[in-house]
Amino acid sequence: MKSLDFVFQRLLKAAFVVLGVVILNFLLVHMAPGDPASVLAGEAGAGDAKYIAQLRAQFGLDQPLYQQLWTYLRGALTGDLGFSYRNQLPVMTLILDRLPATLLLTGCAFVFSLVLGILLGVVAAYRRGSVTDSAVMTGALIFYATPLFWVALMAVLVFSLHLDWLPPFDMETIGGGYTGWARALDIGHHLILPTVTLGLFFTAIYTRLTRASMLEVMSLDFVKTARAKGVPQARIIRRHVLRNAILPVFTFASMQAGQLVGGAVLTETVFAWPGIGRLMFDALLQRDYPVLLGVFLVTAAVVVIVNLISDLLYRFVDPRIEAAS
Amino acid sequence: MKFFQRYAKNYGALIGLGILIVVAIVALAAPLLFPVSPWQSVGDPLLAPSEDPAFPLGTDMLGRDIAAGLAYGARVSLLIGLISTAVAVVIGVSIGALAGYYGGRIDDVLMRFTEFFQTIPAFAMAIVLVAIFNPSITSITLAIAIVSWPPVARLVRGEFLSLRSREFVQAAVVIGQSGPRIMFTQILPNVISPIIVTASLMVATAILTESSLSFLGLGDRNMMSWGFMIGAARTMLREAWWMSVFPGVAILLTVLAINLIGEGLNDAMNPHLRGRKD
Repeated sequence: MKSLDFVFQRLLKAAFVVLGVVILNFLLVHMAPGDPASVLAGEAGAGDAKYIAQLRAQFGLDQPLYQQLWTYLRGALTGDLGFSYRNQLPVMTLILDRLPATLLLTGCAFVFSLVLGILLGVVAAYRRGSVTDSAVMTGALIFYATPLFWVALMAVLVFSLHLDWLPPFDMETIGGGYTGWARALDIGHHLILPTVTLGLFFTAIYTRLTRASMLEVMSLDFVKTARAKGVPQARIIRRHVLRNAILPVFTFASMQAGQLVGGAVLTETVFAWPGIGRLMFDALLQRDYPVLLGVFLVTAAVVVIVNLISDLLYRFVDPRIEAAS
Repeated sequence: MKFFQRYAKNYGALIGLGILIVVAIVALAAPLLFPVSPWQSVGDPLLAPSEDPAFPLGTDMLGRDIAAGLAYGARVSLLIGLISTAVAVVIGVSIGALAGYYGGRIDDVLMRFTEFFQTIPAFAMAIVLVAIFNPSITSITLAIAIVSWPPVARLVRGEFLSLRSREFVQAAVVIGQSGPRIMFTQILPNVISPIIVTASLMVATAILTESSLSFLGLGDRNMMSWGFMIGAARTMLREAWWMSVFPGVAILLTVLAINLIGEGLNDAMNPHLRGRKD
């Protein structure tokens, strides 16, 4: 019963966040300098008077504000995010078309950074004070301070242009005509650079976090007890320390979904990756505001869903959380 | 003096301070070092570094001096980093102080509001804000401030919550001091150190965000910035590596320096935490 309550509460909270973003989008359109209709049309498409008139009617821009909000809300909640004049397609269609590519990229980057970050953090903590430790921590410090888009450009410069190891752009070889496994392999090949460049910043965060968390747990009494009992060091690290130290890393990682999406905008822009980040960049260039606001709303919704899932998983993984509440 | 001695024990923090001082001097002296605007063509296009001794870092495709761009870019980065953080701190402290001091329903409402801003993807929101209100130094600064205040609010709220029941606060209540006066003159001074540490790290993040925005073409059109230079270098990656490498190194060093300073401040201001770290 308690669990059901919890699930319901979290769902309600998630719904409120999405609703909040819809309202925020609405307010932004109205607070923007200039006529809301021309904002919705996108500046470049604003020449078409008939289209503007149609927008006015569609969004009821001559009606009172609360009525307009209602029209907007009803549209957004039924999946109608407006129409992209530039692309001649509904915004929702555009986004759904691009979403899988972004989920693939961010998913791979997430797994890559978490696995590598935890691994490096454990090694650094285990060899605390050694050369390995300093090297790992210096690397983490540097990648934490490096702009993502620049790492991406440097990766293209070195691994694509100079060494010619990996493809610099796109998700598939154009005109490659691959199917089945060959196609998956081709996509995988294109995926390496974007995944690693997007992942390195987060790897740096997880490395530092894992190391700090490991050191904290290693100083606790139960570890001393295990050591006194003569449990081998490697086993202490694996069975006793890591299991306890890893939880804060997971908590933090699950809160990084929003950051990851932001990073995807930059990574996709550099690598011409056909996801919603690239869509957002194109919308920026074309001043296609409905697409821009649509991507913002959908990314917020994705982040909320990810947080919801991780919250629920958490109670499952760590029984102490349920006991505490 | 004691404070600086504690700070100076951390070599990283000293190096960071050194780098930041150099960057700040270059930023301040930019008009003296490079009297010609960084937007102006001053030499042949695409000169490689040290090809012409007048342009040690080379020129871009329009013959603009990369070194001048770096110097003027430092001004934008530091300016936006500092001001957006200051605005974020003011918002965060106000909301956190109100929530923590008054508690109850006010706390509930303000914390839901903070959580909302913490949940939505910050960078995507900054993009939308700057795009809709048109890129300018004001809109960029405000957009960064709007997406970065929540951690300050949570921090301040936590501290206020634990301090408000202390005896010195109770004493102030008893002698009839007003709520705002207690918040600002009694409690806030006790929370200054963690705020300074958090704020210093926020400046680094703000600089990264600013460079990302201007890389995407959302920079102020009248001001040269490092992110813009890298964005402009994208199409010249094969022909002119120096156009993208130097501004990137500039961002990296500046952000690294500020992060190191933040850690040094943390060690110096919270000595009791020392034992927990190594």
